Amino acid sequence: MARINLDHIRHAYGPKPKTPSDYSLKEVHHEWNDGGAYALLGPSGCGKTTLLNIISGLLQPSEGKILFDGKDVTNLSTQDRNIAQVFQFPVIYDTMTVYDNLAFPLRNRHVPEGEVDRRVKEILDMIGLSDRAKKKAQGLTADQKQKISLGRGLVRSDVSAILFDEPLTVIDPHMKWVLRSQLKRLHKQFGFTMVYVTHDQTEALTFADKVVVMYDGEIVQIGTPAELFEKPKHTFVGYFIGSPGMNVLPAKIDGSSVDLDGQKVALSFAPKIAAGAKTELGIRPEFVRLGREGMPVTISKVEDIGRQKIVRASFANRPIAIVVHEDREIPSEPKITFDPNAINIYADSWRVGGEA
Amino acid sequence: MEKTWNNKAWFMVLPVLVLVAFSAVIPLMTVVNYSVQDTFGNNEFFWAGTDWFTDVLHSDRFWDALTRNLAFSAVILAIEIPLGILIALNMPKKGLGVPVCLVLMSLPLLIPWNVVGTIWQVFGRVDIGLLGYTLAALGINYNYVNNVFDAWVTLIVMDIWHWTSLVVLLCYAGLVSIPDAYYQAAKIDGASRWSVFRYIQLPKMKRVLLIAFLLRFMDSFMIYTEPFVVTGGGPGNATTFLSIDLVKTAIGQFDLGPAAALSLIYFLIILLLSWIFYTVMTTSDAQK
Repeated sequence: MARINLDHIRHAYGPKPKTPSDYSLKEVHHEWNDGGAYALLGPSGCGKTTLLNIISGLLQPSEGKILFDGKDVTNLSTQDRNIAQVFQFPVIYDTMTVYDNLAFPLRNRHVPEGEVDRRVKEILDMIGLSDRAKKKAQGLTADQKQKISLGRGLVRSDVSAILFDEPLTVIDPHMKWVLRSQLKRLHKQFGFTMVYVTHDQTEALTFADKVVVMYDGEIVQIGTPAELFEKPKHTFVGYFIGSPGMNVLPAKIDGSSVDLDGQKVALSFAPKIAAGAKTELGIRPEFVRLGREGMPVTISKVEDIGRQKIVRASFANRPIAIVVHEDREIPSEPKITFDPNAINIYADSWRVGGEA
Repeated sequence: MEKTWNNKAWFMVLPVLVLVAFSAVIPLMTVVNYSVQDTFGNNEFFWAGTDWFTDVLHSDRFWDALTRNLAFSAVILAIEIPLGILIALNMPKKGLGVPVCLVLMSLPLLIPWNVVGTIWQVFGRVDIGLLGYTLAALGINYNYVNNVFDAWVTLIVMDIWHWTSLVVLLCYAGLVSIPDAYYQAAKIDGASRWSVFRYIQLPKMKRVLLIAFLLRFMDSFMIYTEPFVVTGGGPGNATTFLSIDLVKTAIGQFDLGPAAALSLIYFLIILLLSWIFYTVMTTSDAQK
């Protein structure tokens, strides 16, 4: 278990990067706590796997240093960093039994056979494959194989960190829940530092204490699930987290009042905005009130998703989503108001402070 | 619903049937026909039953040639398969080296058998051949024309030169199909170089190795052209393999009956051995 410091890390796959767009991973400079559970969340190609491979040592960063507990490990190999990693697709040793597959990382490190047996049995129990221990791993189904991969990642008790690269992609939804809660339990029990890459927000939000949202090779926000929901630092976070995502409307800011294509909204603070910046107002669909007062909207569609209804409407010539409780009537002349505490203002896509 | 019988379908498959008949069935049946009859020319045939088969199976000539064949196949397989794996493991996986290596590896495979034979025949000659002359100049007594051991070495080295590439290319194809994640996982699991080979590369190459093994076995067991060109079966009968023996019997001595019986036995041996190898190598796969 270790504290991980990413010291001005940048990475480019091509040689001799010049412009910032040559970097697949733009500058990352963060400290990750010992025993923390972090999720790297972002769409495909945003650099999350690159960052993960840099931490595990499978990839050398073009620039910057990486430290485990203050010790520089940038030039150390994966073996020497003492890292466990689980990959997206099952990696199993076909010719070995399930038991030997799990024992492999321990035996390679010359762990005494008694200890190996104890750890392997424990993991077999956890992934529910005890009855297949003596079978060849080759004949198993894809999700059983992935459970073995997962088990191999968890079998060592002395690792600095365990990294997961979208490990549950091939597992069926029910089993996903079970395995995820087991991972969570393991985390609480042993306090491993865990880094979990995913593009599934539910997975990230349920697994991690801190979610690291990445976009276009850049970390846009690190925060608790609540922070990401209430105060998205970047319009991308607002849009990516939440279902449906945050409404982002082009806005003209004048002191503490906002002009949304003719509709005026008052703010509780006066954001400081640099001249010439593109300004936007962001509000989560959950904080838009639909009623008989406020600004007029035109409803185009209502989606009933069980406990809630999602109203798709047009407001100030822009599409807007509104979440309404399922029992609420939808008025015939619908109007909306915004919860003033839930309004976020963005300049060039980044959130502008001025917290009230 | 009533089935419509349409005999036109037969016309559709007719070309294939004719082709197979001419290419396989008719020649094979001709051989079968010769193997059970005796002829003195003039298209006169006398029924001989299984006499020719008995004759062949009781002749030392046959057993000696068969032993030579088995020994030759065993030696070249024992060298070409490990060597092929070794070269494939060390070939570059990306960059400019890949096409260069692939082309270099394919070159021997593109050369016709008799040309390969001629190349080595000249190459090994003590008077003008680069290899033979160099060895002689180094004081090594090498002469494939009259030394049995030298003749065998020449044939084996020639076959390795000609065919190891095939094993290399097949193994290489197997190796590049292994996803990177396997190597990464092995690194993380702390696997040694040997473990990576033993538990990842070898199992993943198993299928292509089976094909390589069978192809090399069948080809080496049927070898004819190269030894015929290089040594002509000599010195003495030291490199007379079944195929050379067969041609001597059939065309040299014009003993069509024994030659036909020999070819059928030869054919059945290859079929049987290939089947045994295949079964042995695939059943280990099925055991879980």
